[in-house]
Amino acid sequence: MAVINNMVLSKFLGLCPFFGVSKKLSNAISMGVAVTLVMLLASVSSSVIYNYILVPYNVEYMQIVIYILVIAALVQIVELIIKRTNLNLYNALGIYLPLITTNCAVLGITLINSAENYSILESTVSALGAGMGFTLVLVIMSGIREKLDLADTPESMRGLPIAFITAALLALAFLGFNGMM
Amino acid sequence: MNDLRDKREDCPGRSVGSIFWKEFVKGLVISNPVFILTLGLCPILAVTTSIDNALGMGAGVIFVLLCSNIIISTLRNATPSLVRIPVFIVVIATFVTILSLIFEAYIPALHQSLGIYLSLIVVNCIILGRAEVFASKNPVLYSIADALGIGLGYTIALFIISFLRETLGTGGLNVFGFQLFSLPVLSEHPLTFFISSPGAFLVIGLLMALFRWIGVVKCE
Repeated sequence: MAVINNMVLSKFLGLCPFFGVSKKLSNAISMGVAVTLVMLLASVSSSVIYNYILVPYNVEYMQIVIYILVIAALVQIVELIIKRTNLNLYNALGIYLPLITTNCAVLGITLINSAENYSILESTVSALGAGMGFTLVLVIMSGIREKLDLADTPESMRGLPIAFITAALLALAFLGFNGMM
Repeated sequence: MNDLRDKREDCPGRSVGSIFWKEFVKGLVISNPVFILTLGLCPILAVTTSIDNALGMGAGVIFVLLCSNIIISTLRNATPSLVRIPVFIVVIATFVTILSLIFEAYIPALHQSLGIYLSLIVVNCIILGRAEVFASKNPVLYSIADALGIGLGYTIALFIISFLRETLGTGGLNVFGFQLFSLPVLSEHPLTFFISSPGAFLVIGLLMALFRWIGVVKCE
């Protein structure tokens, strides 16, 4: 899950933070850790809700509404906890923390878990893998982009377009991991 | 008066009469959600492997954007600003659920191939963004125009990308079962690279550069 079906490069989830936060290496690492944490908590709680509330009462179609509320609540709680316990980390994460709510990778992994009918343990593991894959790619990408800033790119290519082409090459490299399965 | 207005909108559509039309055109061209604002990227890359998927996704986004804009703009005076974001999200999530049920019932094949990306319209930045920036501050009629313009702009972007990817990647074009054309050499040796995920990044990166280049040339 972490490298073969990478969240960003093969499922295209979480692209907004991928291109938004990957300008500096330090930000990329903290963002990756925060996303992994929220993903893990969200997967566990949503799979508990799915298996013990939605399925017994036959209301699986409510999953989108429920999951998005669970994720929003979780992000708030994580934000409060980090603020109380570690103020430095809170300041470092800044605006990126509340933005995790609208990160499609988080909602995506919970929806994938229920679509695949994973048990609670399986969803935890898949969320951990997905989060680590996200962090890995984010860190690699930000390393490349730090160097890319120094390069002389054509004017209309500067910024996002060249970032996309970089991502294309990165995705090509990750495609090679397919052979591992 | 007329002169003044013409001058102010010299860059967007010049002959624009009503505000409705202006909001509509704005979303379509000037602030195209994908190429200029770079919003809602995740589904763009995922569903543009074929024209069918892209058009289905575009229709879905227009539906959700239109309905949620109408509701949010109707309720804009009754929503306390402190809880507005949760309210928006619940409204949007409701319409996405409705959309997903409709697709499942009437076009199951499309529902199958769009998969979780259909549900992920909930967290598409475009919809929440338009709710926050436009629908929560403007009357219902203008919000409808805004939703149609932005939604169509999104669909056109989806269409362009998927057109390129399907033509290059399979060597022909199939729209809902009808074969429109197939290129002589490409259909025998398709460039499958463009259907795969690296191809998606490459195509959108180049298109973005192209749009930006056109923008630079026009402004000068």
